[in-house]
Amino acid sequence: MTPRRRRLMLVLGIVTGVSLAGALALSAFRQNVMFFFDPSQVAAGKVPAGERFRLGGMVTKGSLRRAPGSLEARFVVTDFSHDVPVSYSGVLPDLFREGAGVVAHGRLRPDGTFVADEVLAKHDEKYMPPEVARSLKLRHGESRADAGAPATAAPAPPPTPAPSAAEHPPAATGS
Amino acid sequence: MLPEFGHFALILALLLAALQAFFGIAGPALRRDRWIAAVIPAVTGQAVMVATAVACLIAAFVGFDFSVAYVAQNSNTSLPLFYRVAALWGAHEGSLLLWIMLLALWSVAVAIGARNLPRHFGARVLGVLGVVSFGFLLFTLATSNPFLRLDPAAADGNDLNPILQDPGLVVHPPILYTGYVGFAVAFAFAGAAMLEGRLDQHWARWTRPWTTAAWCFLSCGIALGSFWAYYELGWGGFWFWDPVENSSFMPWLVGTALVHSLAATDKRGLFKSWTLLLAILAFSFSMLGTFLVRSGVLVSVHSFAADPARGIFILAFLILMVGGSLALYAWRAPLLKSSAGFELGARESFLLFNNVLLVIAAATVFAGTLAPLISDSLKLGTLSVGPPYFNPTFMVSMLPLLALLSVGIHANWKRGRLEDSQRTLLYTFVVAAVLGCGLAFGVYSHGKVLTPVAATLGFWIVLSSLVDPIDRWRRGMSVSRAVLGMTVAHIGLATAVIGLTTVQSFTVEEDLALSAGGTANVGGYEFRFLGVKPVDGPNYSAVGGTVVVTQHGAPVGVFEPQKRQYWVKHTVKSETAIKIHHGSNILLALGDDLGGGRWSVRVQIRPLVSFVWLAALIMAIGGALAASDRRYRTARVTSEGSEGLSARQAG
Repeated sequence: MTPRRRRLMLVLGIVTGVSLAGALALSAFRQNVMFFFDPSQVAAGKVPAGERFRLGGMVTKGSLRRAPGSLEARFVVTDFSHDVPVSYSGVLPDLFREGAGVVAHGRLRPDGTFVADEVLAKHDEKYMPPEVARSLKLRHGESRADAGAPATAAPAPPPTPAPSAAEHPPAATGS
Repeated sequence: MLPEFGHFALILALLLAALQAFFGIAGPALRRDRWIAAVIPAVTGQAVMVATAVACLIAAFVGFDFSVAYVAQNSNTSLPLFYRVAALWGAHEGSLLLWIMLLALWSVAVAIGARNLPRHFGARVLGVLGVVSFGFLLFTLATSNPFLRLDPAAADGNDLNPILQDPGLVVHPPILYTGYVGFAVAFAFAGAAMLEGRLDQHWARWTRPWTTAAWCFLSCGIALGSFWAYYELGWGGFWFWDPVENSSFMPWLVGTALVHSLAATDKRGLFKSWTLLLAILAFSFSMLGTFLVRSGVLVSVHSFAADPARGIFILAFLILMVGGSLALYAWRAPLLKSSAGFELGARESFLLFNNVLLVIAAATVFAGTLAPLISDSLKLGTLSVGPPYFNPTFMVSMLPLLALLSVGIHANWKRGRLEDSQRTLLYTFVVAAVLGCGLAFGVYSHGKVLTPVAATLGFWIVLSSLVDPIDRWRRGMSVSRAVLGMTVAHIGLATAVIGLTTVQSFTVEEDLALSAGGTANVGGYEFRFLGVKPVDGPNYSAVGGTVVVTQHGAPVGVFEPQKRQYWVKHTVKSETAIKIHHGSNILLALGDDLGGGRWSVRVQIRPLVSFVWLAALIMAIGGALAASDRRYRTARVTSEGSEGLSARQAG
């Protein structure tokens, strides 16, 4: 082989490899991407049947139920227009609370119950999953203060010490 | 008074950074010697000012100065001293200050090292670092000033996020950031070479130790973060392909490619413009990481309350820096021709494959990380991309990389004949296959298809890397630190591969509902729950569970996981209990009171997961060995010609 042909082979090999990797990534992407729906979209039947998706909203206050001693938990996720009952078997994350935002992964059963295989926790108890905040905003213009979480609108102004705001109402002053 | 002093010091640092950038870049261009001489004082002055600002903020934390907004948000009178100091980087503003301080420290280190560099070149490197520092200082002062006052002052602080109240906070962010910011040095060397329009093998030799050092810190930082998430978050996973993890992993992948392409540039004067591009990319990914984490545009476990103004500033800064350096690259790169040729089977080809595969891996991670953002802004729906995408696509580029690595280390520079090492490669492969299958089918059972394949590749790397150094050592020849470092780092990679393969294939997880005195069997272990009792902490109260674990009647250990309630934020946090038994990590997390006297308990048994973190440490040790090789220390300007020539012949 002449050096030129060899170089051509090398370049061809790399191009083939890169396109192969690209094609594989694209197909993996198509098959494994998960879409987000809120309870209103679920109620409107926008979720393709049998597809795994992310459900987000607020956990309705007083909706968490357990059969005593069972790992199976049931609660209702709402966007204040529509509700979706959720069932999950396992340890709920530390920051799971009634009246707080939640995102769950799973599938819809024919009877309308969402069977979650994963319930997401966040680092910060003030933190609201952005999709949930946006969906709530979309449905109601403003976030509902009575929902329980202190800072429901996600694109919040510079962080203020929200949870203990009642104890000492502070205001960050510009220098 | 002190916070204002710190604020003022930060403003002075900004001015000094501007001077450093101006003198460092304009001085050599206009050939003003006095300007060049002013660069190093500017670097030192900036470092002193930044250190002063950091000291002022620490003083505010230690002294409970709740009139400072940042302190009031991230501290509390009940917070132990240890965490009050570390709370400095517990949130956005302070972590930027940490970033700036580390950049100042790297700049001082470069200034000390620059004494061995040509005057103009050294000044340019520091000038580019000044530009970066200026940008970050401006960002901090304009959008994220940690010294803002609170009026009226808070009676008590809002406390540090309980998730962060852990020794992990003390070590993980500084080490990760040291790595992140360290790529700014490689970037600055690239910028200086482009400004100069000249890039020779000396350039590669000066750049290599800095890049390797940054890479070592980044490796350790990522592993520490993974370890922290594993024991702290209570979910028990060690890698979630979360946007924030990805944004530290992408610079690592590109940085690894850079470390290897620098080797080719150093030894053979090859891949010059490619190396420059990688240096720009590695730092761009570091800055993109900041953008992703801090702007709050992506859903992440690390997303704290975010401010859109910050995102826009970072985006503008990112476009200016990356766009500017790429424009400079487009203009200057054609000046840098690599003349040397090489054959298909030569080491250069393998380094090229390494680079292509690592960049593909970084690109697939990049695509998966940004896809939600792009789909969202194009109104294609809110989607998320998780492990089912990342795992297979990442494997596609990693498996060939691992296979080629074992062959590539036996290839010679320039000459493409592998016949001499055919026998070695075959023997090592056979032994590796036996070991790999033994691990997959013997030690653990029920493996997946990829389990023996990946395990074999891991063992092959270990054996194949060891052949040459052992051979040289047996013949009484010396092994240079560079070669030893490379070998150690490659063995580190193999350790990671073996650990990841095992843990991905043989992990057992189960959530249990246990009543006091009840038992359950998971993965060959018996878990006996003895019940819960109250536990008191300094700023929390907790319930502690006791679980006795045995295997076939033999005791394994007593686990005491806790569920803590922090007083100030009313946050609940699980404290996991972890023990290592025969190489497997057994993790227990206490769940909820299920009623009826039962508690939920999460059990995870992850074999060889410690190998994954250990691997990063081994890689970092390898990198440190390689970076401390004599070749880099003696690379003085005065011995220009002869050094380069002899190195080329030796290499």
